[in-house]
Amino acid sequence: MNSKEMNLKSTEVWDGNMANSQALRQADVDVIAAYPITPSTATVENYCTFHANGYVDGEVIMVESEHAAMSACIGAGAAGGRVATATSSQGLALMIETLYQASGMRIPVVLCLVNRALAAPLNVNGDHSDLYLTRDAGWISIDAFSPQEAYDMTLMSFKISEHPDVRLPVISNQDGFMTSHTAQNVTPLKDEVATKFVGDYVQLNALLNFDKPVTHGVQTEQDWHFEHKAKQHAALMGSKKVIEETFAEFKELTGRSYKVVEEYRMDDADIAIVCLGSTFETAMLAVDQIRKDEGIKIGIVSPRLFRPFPLEEIAASLQNVKAVACMDRSAPGGTVGALYNEISGALINSPSRPLVTNLIYGLGGRDMTVTGLKDIFRTLDKDAKDGKINGKIQTLIGVRGPALEYYDVEGK
Amino acid sequence: MSTQKVIKNLKSFSTAAERFEGSHLLCPGCAHSIIVREVLNATNDNLVVSASTGCLEVCTAIYPHTSWDCSWIHIGFENSSTAMAGVETMNKALRNKGKISKDTPTPKFVTFGGDGSTYDIGFQWISGCFERGHDFMYVCLDNEVYANTGGQRSSSTPIGASTTTAPAGSVSYGEKRQKKDIVSIMAAHGSPYVAQVAPNKWKDMVKKIQKGFDTKGPVFINAMSACTTEWKFAPNQTIEVSDLAVDSLVFPLYEIIEGRELNITYRPKNIIPVRDYLGAQPRFKHLFTPQFEYIIDEWQRRIDERWVFLQKREEIRL
Repeated sequence: MNSKEMNLKSTEVWDGNMANSQALRQADVDVIAAYPITPSTATVENYCTFHANGYVDGEVIMVESEHAAMSACIGAGAAGGRVATATSSQGLALMIETLYQASGMRIPVVLCLVNRALAAPLNVNGDHSDLYLTRDAGWISIDAFSPQEAYDMTLMSFKISEHPDVRLPVISNQDGFMTSHTAQNVTPLKDEVATKFVGDYVQLNALLNFDKPVTHGVQTEQDWHFEHKAKQHAALMGSKKVIEETFAEFKELTGRSYKVVEEYRMDDADIAIVCLGSTFETAMLAVDQIRKDEGIKIGIVSPRLFRPFPLEEIAASLQNVKAVACMDRSAPGGTVGALYNEISGALINSPSRPLVTNLIYGLGGRDMTVTGLKDIFRTLDKDAKDGKINGKIQTLIGVRGPALEYYDVEGK
Repeated sequence: MSTQKVIKNLKSFSTAAERFEGSHLLCPGCAHSIIVREVLNATNDNLVVSASTGCLEVCTAIYPHTSWDCSWIHIGFENSSTAMAGVETMNKALRNKGKISKDTPTPKFVTFGGDGSTYDIGFQWISGCFERGHDFMYVCLDNEVYANTGGQRSSSTPIGASTTTAPAGSVSYGEKRQKKDIVSIMAAHGSPYVAQVAPNKWKDMVKKIQKGFDTKGPVFINAMSACTTEWKFAPNQTIEVSDLAVDSLVFPLYEIIEGRELNITYRPKNIIPVRDYLGAQPRFKHLFTPQFEYIIDEWQRRIDERWVFLQKREEIRL
């Protein structure tokens, strides 16, 4: 625990960035290396203020780029201590090379990723383009829908990342602005309780252990590369168990319950949407209203855990619905959205094969409102009742200009 | 103060405990291994070494083997300096927190990069590390070419050298630009100690490396690494070619302390013509034709000017 305690109220009013900063402080991180970028800047700024006022015993390196931030995290992590950083969008894009290096070298790192659109055109607002860019990087990726969840997820990320059976880097996602800049009530843990929950960092193959010199970052070619990547994949797939155990332990401590796949009103749902991030909370309102006013029995499913992808849990969640709309908040780049791909993959071998459509929405911070969501629910309800997809598989929602729809169900 | 090896002669080098094993895949005659051994043998302290992607890295850390009997890390081509900044900062953090005992001697942090990593792709990372003042030594293994990928130009490639991406041809004498002056650039960063070394002048080199180890803050060493493969001389000529480089003043040996005090550390008794240095390396052979011979004259003029400049700077102590 840091030598100087911060007295927190039982309920604080924090935005998502402050939630991150406080979790990083309480995790007693040894080295943070970072470079500012909207909308994650405040995560680092707040932390620097804590540091300047003696609330952080660890070191902060303000490097000259995001690539350097992750490079320093890898070096510091390999040296043998707890490390973290924060970024968004272009910063994440610049960091990509090192994301693969961190996971391939099995260095525990926590990356607070405040999701934002990718240029061009340059845009500072929230969508999931950067989150999707990390898909194959070999990181655990967890999604928070609110400042409270951002605090909880970032805190838990350290415990998951550093677990001896995992030793993989973790991304703690939240939506840019909708979460990062929206102040809400957050119930924090006391410093002592939070630090104890995260636990001490346990060194493994530390560069600073001179009794046992270690070579980090070797070259492997066709004779060994596959075995390394296979072991890495096995660790990532196996991390789900540790994540679920961590969620359970956190529930014991706080009463706050998390699952690898979150559901809302799925028990009796006929149809469902699948979405990520703050849209989940907006959709909860829309679901309640349309169930009450129009009797449409819709539910929401969201992979809290984006990587490793909870394919079996998703299939189970969507087992009893007739139609599913997968809502992707990222420009799909010439194909269906990432969630559509993942969800279809989860459902293709399931006994009941619901209709699956793909909605591209909210790019560059375009709002998704309760009204907009209810329109989506009505279309989905009609598809379910008709037993077929009435339009095309993919539709761009909430964009000006002529309607944009792609992929016929029957094929050409 | 670091604990330093006492190295009196070449024999004491060869018998010094080695943390860089003799078994590696570098070319016979490669100067990299000589430089690395001279650097590592200059201290008895615990060492963390980082390396950029390049000849040294791909020839010394191929799983399941390693040539390094010390803590070692490689991440990528451009970020070995920042990797070490992370290690150095973690060491500081763990000491401040009492997780490493304050009585434990501080290890030495050494980063090796080729001229590709140093002059080009990794320059921003090095610049950042030096501006922030991390306590480490960066050693550039300067062979003036992307040797690991088969001989492409770098911004360290000197004028007139033929490389695969700036080849000599019927209308081209090869590389068109002068080598970047990395030593001045690093001195301008405010580095407390910057030096140029050559492994053939090993006493001068070891003295500078030991001085570097005893300096607090970011130290930059530019080490000439004659490349048998890309400079195209015979593998048993490495030291001879290196001697020609320093005795022709193509590669002058000097140091700059606190960005101001410049000391020339080696003055050849007989300065030899640049022509002799160029003539020993087939990468320059096309210059010895009537069409391109004027480049050799330009070379000589530039080297003479540079030598005057260095001597004046040494004299005025600014």
